[in-house]
Amino acid sequence: MSEPQRTPRQPPAGGSSNDLAYEPVIGLEIHVQLATATKMFCGCELSFGDPPNTHTCPVCLGLPGSLPVANARAVHFGLMIGLALGSELAPRSIFHRKNYFYPDLPKGYQISQYDEPLCRGGRLAEVRIHRVHLEEDAAKLIHIGSSGRIHGSDASIVDFNRGGTPLAEIVTEPDVRSPEQASEWLKLLRSTLRQLGVSDVNMEEGSLRCDANISLRPTGSSELGVKTELKNMNSFRFIERGIRAEIARQEKVLQAGGTVEQETLHFDPASGAITSLRSKEEAHDYRYFPEPDLLPVAISQEMIDAARADMTELPADRAERFARELVLSPESAQQLAFRAGLADFFEAALAVQVDVPAQTLANWVTVELAGRLDDGDPAEAHATPQALAELAAMVASKQISVGAGRQVLDRLVAEGGEPRAIVEAEGLAAIGGEDELAGVVAAALQANADAAARVREGNAKAIGPIVGYVMRETKGRADGTEVARLVHEQLGS
Amino acid sequence: MSDVLSLSAAQAADAIAAGSLSAQELFEAYRARAAADRAAGEEGLNCFTWVAGGDQAGGGGANAPLGGVPLAVKDLFCTEGVPSQSGSRILEGYLPPYTASVVRRLYGAGATLLAKTNQDEFAMGSSNENSAFGAVRNPWDRERVPGGSSGGSAAAVAAGLAPWALGTDTGGSIRQPAALCGIVGLKPTYGSVSRYGMIAFASSLDQAGPITRDVRDAALLLRYMVGHDPCDATSLQFPHEIELPSAARLDGVRLGVPNELSGEGIEAGVLDAFHAALERARELGAEVREVELPHAPHALSAYYVLAPAEASSNLARFDGVRYGLRAENPTDLLDMYTRTRHDGFGPEVKRRIMLGTYALSSGYYDAYYGRAQRVRTKIAEDFRTAFAQVELIVTPTAPSVAFKLGEKTADPLAMYLNDYCTVPMSLAGIPAISIPCGLSQGLPVGLQIAGPAFSENRLLDAAYALEQSIGFDGTPARV
Amino acid sequence: MIVPAAGRWRSVQCATVIERDEVLHVARLARLALAEDEVEPMARELSAVLDHVAKIGELDLDGVPATSHVVDVTGALRPDEPRPCLPREVALSQAPAVADGGFLVPSPQA
Repeated sequence: MSEPQRTPRQPPAGGSSNDLAYEPVIGLEIHVQLATATKMFCGCELSFGDPPNTHTCPVCLGLPGSLPVANARAVHFGLMIGLALGSELAPRSIFHRKNYFYPDLPKGYQISQYDEPLCRGGRLAEVRIHRVHLEEDAAKLIHIGSSGRIHGSDASIVDFNRGGTPLAEIVTEPDVRSPEQASEWLKLLRSTLRQLGVSDVNMEEGSLRCDANISLRPTGSSELGVKTELKNMNSFRFIERGIRAEIARQEKVLQAGGTVEQETLHFDPASGAITSLRSKEEAHDYRYFPEPDLLPVAISQEMIDAARADMTELPADRAERFARELVLSPESAQQLAFRAGLADFFEAALAVQVDVPAQTLANWVTVELAGRLDDGDPAEAHATPQALAELAAMVASKQISVGAGRQVLDRLVAEGGEPRAIVEAEGLAAIGGEDELAGVVAAALQANADAAARVREGNAKAIGPIVGYVMRETKGRADGTEVARLVHEQLGS
Repeated sequence: MSDVLSLSAAQAADAIAAGSLSAQELFEAYRARAAADRAAGEEGLNCFTWVAGGDQAGGGGANAPLGGVPLAVKDLFCTEGVPSQSGSRILEGYLPPYTASVVRRLYGAGATLLAKTNQDEFAMGSSNENSAFGAVRNPWDRERVPGGSSGGSAAAVAAGLAPWALGTDTGGSIRQPAALCGIVGLKPTYGSVSRYGMIAFASSLDQAGPITRDVRDAALLLRYMVGHDPCDATSLQFPHEIELPSAARLDGVRLGVPNELSGEGIEAGVLDAFHAALERARELGAEVREVELPHAPHALSAYYVLAPAEASSNLARFDGVRYGLRAENPTDLLDMYTRTRHDGFGPEVKRRIMLGTYALSSGYYDAYYGRAQRVRTKIAEDFRTAFAQVELIVTPTAPSVAFKLGEKTADPLAMYLNDYCTVPMSLAGIPAISIPCGLSQGLPVGLQIAGPAFSENRLLDAAYALEQSIGFDGTPARV
Repeated sequence: MIVPAAGRWRSVQCATVIERDEVLHVARLARLALAEDEVEPMARELSAVLDHVAKIGELDLDGVPATSHVVDVTGALRPDEPRPCLPREVALSQAPAVADGGFLVPSPQA
């Protein structure tokens, strides 16, 4: 929201170079549009994609004499977010005015929060939360460029439909250490917020926006370097790429002996370029002061209880329950609990009550199923919890091999259906008699004499081609452990 | 005709209800006089920025409590479809799409819109010489100011061009012009009247209030103004009904006189009238004693940090984007902003925007705004302490009688001093009323009575008793 | 503090002097154009007022909390229920310049 002048960023020439290794220190600033019915400070309905300026009123247009009144449900959602993140909820929270001029800011100030935010502290997985606060969104500026020139300069039109939409701003501590971690953690945050039902959290639609604060420091140092702010990354992939590009840029600067300047940067995903959004004036002086038109919000126990009651089990609690009650490994528990879709699928599969240990079922979900879903929601996949449970049971009872099981899962995910039917149709049943398998093993040993010799000499790895031969011959229906056993038996090793 | 105009608003309302007076006739009588003043330009008092057309029947529900009595409304109240400019060029001709809550409430009680009154630009001023639409003149002496910022409302009521009017008070803008024009003006407890639809000056201080010929009218109008409004988060439910006053005496009432606000810097003639009023109060049975408001001398300084600071933010919306003035042929966005605001705001408004911006800016917040907010806490504490010893506090309303047009315009600080006695009550958010208590040099002197939050009924009773006893004659000002 | 002296104002030497640069900086923050011949008078007037309001710096305010709201109540919140919006023509009716259903302004990018 500054007055940008784009200049490409180059590392400064000269200075001494160094061979230090640097580690990135990354903090994230996330804006979440809340899924309330009306705006933060007025009763206009939220809209998306409607004709410009059809959802406005004196308040969100900033007409003279208008006054804001805070949306109770936005506060409610804010409390839910705070509870989900394990934050401290302020007993009393106030709004502040953040003053600056821009056409998408009708009052010439944004009503936000400053030193008494709704929530402080907390964490989500390995990243600590600094604060969560409420504020109103700006309007939309549509650059119409030379097609609509006015007075000889380019023009924009302002659409106030979006202006005033409730936002929760979530700021993390600088605990993130890599672009991949940033992207992964954001996905975690997104699924948590989606599970809470407080937002659509859709990056393409703008209901989830993320900026990153990035600095480097010599590996092992505990001091913080100069940080830059990177904006305009509106997908997880771009966030990763943008952060990676900025880390590379800062590294180059530092290694050339230069210093990083504190500034706001823009990432262009198309070109991969990082450009400065340095405005014509120095850093904004927002002249924060308490919003006199709004009274402090007292957060009562009733409000907190109501927020808690509106939440399904929190991810952290769910993970703890999985570990405790189902004796899942902490990793599995976390992996499931922090992706609500997976956890729901898992619990549904568990409810089918097949004779499979919970951990085994969990592995099927977190490794095999998740791996085939590519971030998608299992609820939308064709494979059903019922089918997965049955599949797991079939493998556990050795009716089919693990390999065959994976093939079945491929079909389930792609087309749905029932495991038993697929096994029959594809002929994937495990090799029946020992004789049949022993015969194939014998043939395999003959066909791979060199490998056989090396196995007999004690080279365990050489068994690979032999097992591979058997698998091919049996179309994966053989059980790998059984094959190995027979090989050693026949070789006498 | 003139009989009708000599009726107070309450009397007129009664007469209309009784059927002995036609609401249309009353409205037309006032409308014609208001229109005449507007047409008279320099020769008139220049009280009005808009007057209802002759075609407007103006008849409010005769059965409603304020049935049919016309009301003049300060320019800064949004009145749908009627210019609402807050005395500024930057809003010249602005027609809001909605009406201020308090005005709607009064319409609901039967009031009808007579006219919009002239005022200091964005309510910043104590003389009504800061209006983009020309200065207002005091009907007692047309070479003199009526006070401000509600100068138009006060002059209109004093001159008998409107039966009553709405004003707003931020640091004294109802009380001081009421004093200079020899009429009654009341600033209610902060939060008791909705601010929704009032073009803002300083949000934590602005309050709408009645400007009337007498105390009973003030009570009647206030009665239908107060009440919680869901559109204003700072508005409160008044804990009880506003009663029409009836007290004849002040027995058992302790009146506190703060030395800090009743000695140094007050004109001799004003002090004489003030002391005479105190004597009357004693005759009516009141006990008059000294109280201390140790931080009152700092109130003006705190006010001239806080009010401009809030104003600098409230006036940021006047940027030429959505309404109001936009500078011609701007070369770019920055030029549009800066030139629009340069051309649209008058000198006093610009000064206060600059002052306020400075006081909030990085590095200065703690020394100015932060400190001023803490001075405010001390002032509120001072009043609480004083009100443990007395029921009401009395002071002169203004340090002087009406001064000549142009006398103080060269020195902003001299002008700010006019608010010396009224600003402490604004900072504390407590109610205060000004009633005329005498003349000095032939010009009216105002007596200010202040009470704790929500003490309006006691305030009105005391003011009424004194008013009846003093028997001030306001007719010399009638046009 | 500002102390009235027998109703007349005594002109005082200003201790605080706002420099021209600072005036221009503040004017820029406030988006207020100042003509060349307006800068000096503004500096003087601001200095005079600031000189006096600065007297609040003399008070001992240790431990005194700030009053940001004189009303000692906590906030009413609004139920999340839709209210009617303004028709678009009304929203745009007072606009100095309009295009494509929006408020037309010089582009910030320009």
